[in-house]
Amino acid sequence: MLEFKLPSIGSDMDEGKLLEWKIKPGDRVKKGQVVAIVDTSKAAVDVEIWFDGTVHELLIEPGATIPVGTVLATLLAPGEKAGAPAVAAPPAGRRKISPAARKHAEALGVDVDTLAGSGPGGAVMLADVDAAAAQRSLAKPAAPSDRQAEMRKAIAAAMSRSKREIPHYYLAEAIAMERAQAWLSEANAGRPITGRLLMAAFQLKAVALALQKYPEMNGFFRDGAFQPVAAAHIGVAISMRQGGLIAPAIHDVGEKSLDEVMRDLADLVKRARAGSLKSSEMSDPTITVTNLGDQGVEAVYGVIYPPQVALVGFGRIAPRPWVDAAGGLSVAPVLTASLAADHRVSDGHRGALFLAELRDWLQQPEKL
Amino acid sequence: MNQDELKKVVLATLLAIAPEVEADELRADKPLRNQVDLDSMDWLNFLLGLHEKLAVDIPEADYAKLVTLNDVLAYLGARVR
Repeated sequence: MLEFKLPSIGSDMDEGKLLEWKIKPGDRVKKGQVVAIVDTSKAAVDVEIWFDGTVHELLIEPGATIPVGTVLATLLAPGEKAGAPAVAAPPAGRRKISPAARKHAEALGVDVDTLAGSGPGGAVMLADVDAAAAQRSLAKPAAPSDRQAEMRKAIAAAMSRSKREIPHYYLAEAIAMERAQAWLSEANAGRPITGRLLMAAFQLKAVALALQKYPEMNGFFRDGAFQPVAAAHIGVAISMRQGGLIAPAIHDVGEKSLDEVMRDLADLVKRARAGSLKSSEMSDPTITVTNLGDQGVEAVYGVIYPPQVALVGFGRIAPRPWVDAAGGLSVAPVLTASLAADHRVSDGHRGALFLAELRDWLQQPEKL
Repeated sequence: MNQDELKKVVLATLLAIAPEVEADELRADKPLRNQVDLDSMDWLNFLLGLHEKLAVDIPEADYAKLVTLNDVLAYLGARVR
């Protein structure tokens, strides 16, 4: 028997409210399939399952608020037969409780010894556990229903943790963008409006390629150690119109063509604003990119989103005085790229090399 | 399509992207992006929406001509059948 637990949907989420099941007992599910919708402090998220199987039992009712890690459902592994005992019967003398109810109680942190059982012979059933959990959550102060207030709280928690735990260092580099702009204009001139590229897609791809040489910027700092990740799952900071922000990931940016990155970016922004993000997009960004250039700022020095270890910021591309390699002065479109990185994982020297690599990629548009 | 109908389509497209906008408070003769918080993705989506509704393809080279709401209306007015 397989257990499907509520996955973590970002470091600022420790519980979620089950809104809807997309599956029922008996359904066959495939890895990556959306099986439930869970409301978090930031957004309603489509939760995907990470293995194949057949749904055996749904343990949580829609409407319940549950902590991350709670077993939401049990599934039969491919080939497994229904009815096989999932858990050995408890030894005699222990509290009578169904295996599902016991697991459920453990997941919810409900003490089974305090429960009155409504089942045969006073056995504790699933419903008894749910009733106890509901009683407990009623006793807690009601959560603010206002999504914006919740999102503010979530951002506050993540950013406070970041500034408390992560020794940030900051670097910036001014990059002449003449070639990149010219290349993009030319590429877009030949494209219908439906296939046009934005500089933002270009920047994401350049970051992903620079990360290949400087893997210490890409991954997670967990349990006192850095865990690098080979693939660049780039979290894109997307501001919400009603306030707040969310930074879901575009997966495997380094492996994708510019067109694919652009298509994924447009899709991600649209879904973030419509409130239909997937759990994998929320949980696994390995680095974040924020672009405040459209708001007119020259540079942005970001706060790292834990457990990530770096954040790349882009300001506005604006005409500025520029001294070229030969010492000539001209006016050129200039972009300031910045890096905020975790000093526990990397040093300024490597950070500087990473920014130089990013600059080189941004100046070779034809290679992206 | 007359100017009034065109304006309705343009405002509806804008509101779909920026629902917080009060259409009555928009100054048609002032730069649109100073009045409405539109990033480059929003702007692209705005033009995409106009393209879908009006079948007008707006080349990137023409973006610089589309500063105010009046500019947008004049540009589209000359191209919509």
